[in-house]
Amino acid sequence: MSRSRLIRRGLISLLLLVFVLFPFVFSNPTYTTIAVFTLIYMTATTAWNGFAGYSGYIPLGHAAFFGTGAYTFAVIAQSNHLGAGYGMFGLIPISGLVAGLVAIPFGLVALRTRRHTFVVITIAIFFLFQLVATNLGITGGSSGLQVVSPNWPGSTYNDPFYFVALGLLVLAVAASWTIRRSRFGLQLLAIRDDEARARGLGVRVGRVKLTAFVISAIPVGMVGAVYAYFVGQVFPQFVFDPLFDLSIALMAFFGGLGTIWGPLLGGLLLEPLQQYLTFSYSVGDLYLIIYGVIFLAVILLLPMGIVPSVSAWLDRRLAGRDRASPPRPAAGGDGDQRPGLVPRPGSST
Amino acid sequence: MTSLYQGLIDGVLTGAVYALMAAGLTLIFGVMDIINIAQGVFVVLAAYLSYVLAAHFGIDLFVGILITMPALFLLGIAVEWTFIRRLPVQNRTTMSILVTYAVAIIVEGVLSVVFGVNYIQLHGWYITRSIHLLGFYLPYIYVFGCAMAVFLMGAIYLLLYQTRFGRSIRASLQNRTAARLVGINVDRVATLTFGIGVAVTAAGGMVFGATTAFNPNSGYDLISRLLAIVILGGLGSMAGAMAAAISMLVIEDVVAAMWSPLWSEVVFFAALVLVLTLRPQGLFGRSFTRAQ
Repeated sequence: MSRSRLIRRGLISLLLLVFVLFPFVFSNPTYTTIAVFTLIYMTATTAWNGFAGYSGYIPLGHAAFFGTGAYTFAVIAQSNHLGAGYGMFGLIPISGLVAGLVAIPFGLVALRTRRHTFVVITIAIFFLFQLVATNLGITGGSSGLQVVSPNWPGSTYNDPFYFVALGLLVLAVAASWTIRRSRFGLQLLAIRDDEARARGLGVRVGRVKLTAFVISAIPVGMVGAVYAYFVGQVFPQFVFDPLFDLSIALMAFFGGLGTIWGPLLGGLLLEPLQQYLTFSYSVGDLYLIIYGVIFLAVILLLPMGIVPSVSAWLDRRLAGRDRASPPRPAAGGDGDQRPGLVPRPGSST
Repeated sequence: MTSLYQGLIDGVLTGAVYALMAAGLTLIFGVMDIINIAQGVFVVLAAYLSYVLAAHFGIDLFVGILITMPALFLLGIAVEWTFIRRLPVQNRTTMSILVTYAVAIIVEGVLSVVFGVNYIQLHGWYITRSIHLLGFYLPYIYVFGCAMAVFLMGAIYLLLYQTRFGRSIRASLQNRTAARLVGINVDRVATLTFGIGVAVTAAGGMVFGATTAFNPNSGYDLISRLLAIVILGGLGSMAGAMAAAISMLVIEDVVAAMWSPLWSEVVFFAALVLVLTLRPQGLFGRSFTRAQ
């Protein structure tokens, strides 16, 4: 295995270790609460990016799946009078599945339209979900549903949620990574670059888009269920929240749309910020203003996001360094290299 | 049966006001390929402005429009100049959605800081009194609002078809490059069109504020309706926006009158979904020649 791949795997393992140890080092429930929400958002953003980043279609209605997952969890738990405990976590995959099923008609309607109409349709359908949830009897209407909370000790109450959320994150990232490397992922990228040409080359555009859309809905539904269990209450305006959609879009753009690390970085940086803003400035919705300003700054100044911009900057720095020193004709054949090729720092050729 | 007719009339009257606001939205898209998500919150802003003028300066709501309309026109120009112009060229429309969404939540945040989150409503003699016509009660505000909307839409029509500037707009709508080639300053046309598109929200906002209790959060409901109307009518088509507005509002008000107000909103969006399944480009939209 080449050295860089070894380094990369080591770094990822280290990162995973840090995440696993986090709740034991920072056991203050405030921190772990923020951490649970951060993990939830990171997962949702990764899943969303798996569709939006790869296909180029920007859905702003994924909160519909979050809410579906949350309500599925709450409804099943309530109607079967399930006792609280670890067993309830078993409902999470079911919630994800329901969200995925719901995504099928959603996607069938929305994906028939052009890209910008698609964005608007997802917004409209999302509001449809919110309306139905607010008015339907089974969902408890605007007073929402209660979920039984487990009797775990207060100091470590958050930990099971943390690890479940972490597990979901790992799953979502693994799925995103696998898609990226697969033929299916290539087809998505082709659709992003030029849909008509992709169709002409034999890509089953409709099928591919719908599949990716449904796949992206499942993790979002699952974290919705985690949220429902964690918070203990499901209100339509909180689980069907337009700001949720904006947040995950912002996190994905901030980190870098279409990359693996981008959504993770975006979620990791922005979600604690959002939590902090909500706690500090809940009066007067000041956080809305700050959030909007950040969003604007990201879109207008850093349209590619952090990860691609930083890696492009790094490439330029390294290329510049190489060009700054005159090519030496003898040692290692550097003089033969074309300017612009970035030599690996520290390697001999 | 009376409730059916009442719903019909209510739908037509309120539909005209929505048609005006939707026309602004679709005009902006037609000329600039921009979807202005902030349109909803601008309507709410206009309602708040009318409120301030009425409550603090005693200015009548309709007279206040003479002030709020130019104010919102200038705001539209400012927004266009500051943000829309800086949009990256790729995926301009999609980016415009995100940018205007951000502007919308900023304005919403400012409104809730300045005015708080309590619901308010505008007051005036014409709001509580109605014309008793043929056995139906038509609140004066609806009648005046509809008349104003029709008047403004007529003004826009005249602008588009009888003035030179209107011709520039239509040219930019049809083919921006060709318009540039014949000497039209397309950027200036775009900016002014954006201003016009936002200015109409002043009128719509006043009527909205007079007929519905509102708070800074009301923008979401508005924009989702306006978007649904505009897409149903076909993005870029003014006639489509107007037809769609009136049809959707009529359907909603009839459902509310005859069945249940709770589900009328659901019917609103369900109608959109239905039409789109059958005709993705909307009623009057151009069918897709390219997949993008």
